[in-house]
Amino acid sequence: MRINRIAVGENISLDQSLDMLPLEPVFKKYKNKHGSLIPLLQAAQTHFGYLPGQVFQMIADETGIPVADIYGVATFYAQFRLKPVGKNIIKVCHGTACHVQNANSITEAMRNELHLKDGETTPDGLFTLESVACLGCCSLAPVMMIGDNTYGKLNGKSAVKIVREIKMNASVGKQ
Amino acid sequence: MEILTKPRVVVGLGSCGIAAGAAKTYDRLSAIKAAGIIDFELSKTSCVGMCYKEPLVEIHDERGWVMYGDMTEDRIQEILNRHIVQKETIEEFAVSTKSLNGSEDAFFEGQVRIALRNCGHIDPESLEQAEKHEAYQAIRSILTTKKSSADVIQTVLDSGLRGRGGGGFPTGLKWRFAAQSEGDEKYIICNADEGDPGAFMDRSLLEGDPHAVLEGMMIGGYSIGASTGVIYCRAEYPLAIKRLNIAIAQAKAKGYLGENVFGQSDFSFDIYVKEGAGAFVCGEETALIASIEGQRGMPRKRPPFPALSGLWQKPTNINNVETWANIPWIINHGAAAYAAYGTEKSKGTKVFALTGKILHGGLVEVPMGITINEIIFKLGGGIQNGKKFKAVQLGGPSGGCIPAELGNTPVDYDSVNATGAIMGSGGMVVMDESTCMIDLAKFFLHFTQDESCGKCTFCRIGTKRMLEILERITEGKGEPDDIQKLETLAYQIKNNSLCGLGQTAPNPVLTTLKYFRHEYEAHIFDKKCPAKVCKPLLHYSIDAEKCTGCTVCAKKCPVDAINGDRKQTHIINQAICIQCGECYTVCKFEAVMVD
Repeated sequence: MRINRIAVGENISLDQSLDMLPLEPVFKKYKNKHGSLIPLLQAAQTHFGYLPGQVFQMIADETGIPVADIYGVATFYAQFRLKPVGKNIIKVCHGTACHVQNANSITEAMRNELHLKDGETTPDGLFTLESVACLGCCSLAPVMMIGDNTYGKLNGKSAVKIVREIKMNASVGKQ
Repeated sequence: MEILTKPRVVVGLGSCGIAAGAAKTYDRLSAIKAAGIIDFELSKTSCVGMCYKEPLVEIHDERGWVMYGDMTEDRIQEILNRHIVQKETIEEFAVSTKSLNGSEDAFFEGQVRIALRNCGHIDPESLEQAEKHEAYQAIRSILTTKKSSADVIQTVLDSGLRGRGGGGFPTGLKWRFAAQSEGDEKYIICNADEGDPGAFMDRSLLEGDPHAVLEGMMIGGYSIGASTGVIYCRAEYPLAIKRLNIAIAQAKAKGYLGENVFGQSDFSFDIYVKEGAGAFVCGEETALIASIEGQRGMPRKRPPFPALSGLWQKPTNINNVETWANIPWIINHGAAAYAAYGTEKSKGTKVFALTGKILHGGLVEVPMGITINEIIFKLGGGIQNGKKFKAVQLGGPSGGCIPAELGNTPVDYDSVNATGAIMGSGGMVVMDESTCMIDLAKFFLHFTQDESCGKCTFCRIGTKRMLEILERITEGKGEPDDIQKLETLAYQIKNNSLCGLGQTAPNPVLTTLKYFRHEYEAHIFDKKCPAKVCKPLLHYSIDAEKCTGCTVCAKKCPVDAINGDRKQTHIINQAICIQCGECYTVCKFEAVMVD
């Protein structure tokens, strides 16, 4: 059941310091339009990277949809996240084609390299590891996606190499 | 045939091409062009379907047309020099050519490209190019000749086109129901929520020929009397969404979409894209409608069918991307031309996504009725690494496995259904002897269990129980009555679920039980995995004759289960071994045996 994707005891974060102003134009655009809940949630997530607690209250105030219903929708769809995510989201594809080409070894290699489980974020906030259903690049299986870049024909080693490169570039950037 | 003033270089920029490095190749070509030493015209197109050779670059010149594969950025300069300047064809990389000798690659031979007619041939971001290839001719002729909507529906009915999303319901009939429904407001929906893992034809179509889908929807809208179209597209397909939005803006600017299309008719039609948020069940019509309305994507009871009460309780007609893309061709070329392909009950062509252990993976469009073997061996080039063809998985999580023995099964709706699989959206995942069928069934159950919306008890809890049994079997803890339990649960779930997801979720287990029961029995009774996939069932040992005592395996073993001195035969301590397979991977002398 899809609701299982949310770990027990996980509360929606209520960070009061968030600036909601950038979302005003989106609310204006969807004002009084039916079926606007999902686009509103998508816009909020695009802006914040996840759905902060305040967004639920704000959408409820603007649209009149009860918070419980909004929460129901947000937890139904795989796209929505209730916790902040890393700068780079590693999406390891586990579609059928990737599965038969040993996608498990890619996830395994990522877990070992980053010491993460699925859905977790590294302490430095650089990576979040996710397994996804299908990225539609089946002929390049096994595949993973980091940010907007898709990497194909991977094995454990080459996948680790890509992640290490991103790490290195990030540390160079800091200096 | 247009006359070329200078050579034209075309790069395939579909999602898969870009993932293989086509964008970098394109950038390099732009730089070479800017340098001005070689004079050529640079343009882009989408995926032609030959994914295994990506990145693909076509070069057109006075000598003809050659398509080169594996065109990475570091290789392209040399190819340009040799092809354009030295007028040479580089056979090593040429995958298809229409140059003087007129040869064609086996991959394209045997294909009949109707839905994919423009994919990989036109720039998907250019309306002008699309129009040179018949775009908007069908809807224009319908409107200018004032063809009645009943006539259009009759043409679609006569073509024999059936829903390409998997259901296989006659498209014309579906339109007639929606057309007969009373209502001042009606909707057309394009189902682009291609959630079936292993299928990507809809993505490729949207990325490659978005105008064909828009025109198909317009024709549908005209026929049932709708003025709004919604494309429900997966958010995981950003390039498809981008190109759809570009195409919609272009069509609106030209007056092809909007109020009184083509400036004179009394037909008004508008289309917008709605991004999905990631839920497989939203491929089901009523769940998709709920999702567009902004609710949880849960299916509801039918009737009433969407044709009577769909989006916002108005009459609605939903078809999938591939179905819509076929429509303009059928109107332009006639129902008989379409029905000339295929079998008696399954007319026309179908696009298949060939993936898995196949040599030439990609998208192919073939006439219905061609056999599975023809697709896999003639078009797909057979199995990778010379291994043996074991089975093909058709129809994704709702489908089933067809064993190699039934390779002569023709692909049409009825023959495929007779095997226990379904045609589905056309994902064809090919498996060789190294695929464990129980592991595969477990994979699909894991998927459907995770994607079950939770509404029906049997689907919500039953799939979970089936998954637990499969997990137990693959861990070597299978019990004698597990097969019986799986079958009982499977039929209970099939019979007591509301929507297609639950009704078909047990299919991967039922078909593997039907054709590969011996593998289940080997796991349960002999505690062995014949394909050597299920790790807890494997037993590693070292062949004393082959072992050179190089110590590599002992060093790599994460639990120090391997003992032995340098230049002495090594031994695996079975009590400690965790069956990780590391020793098997690192041994250079094939001394590690697995059984």
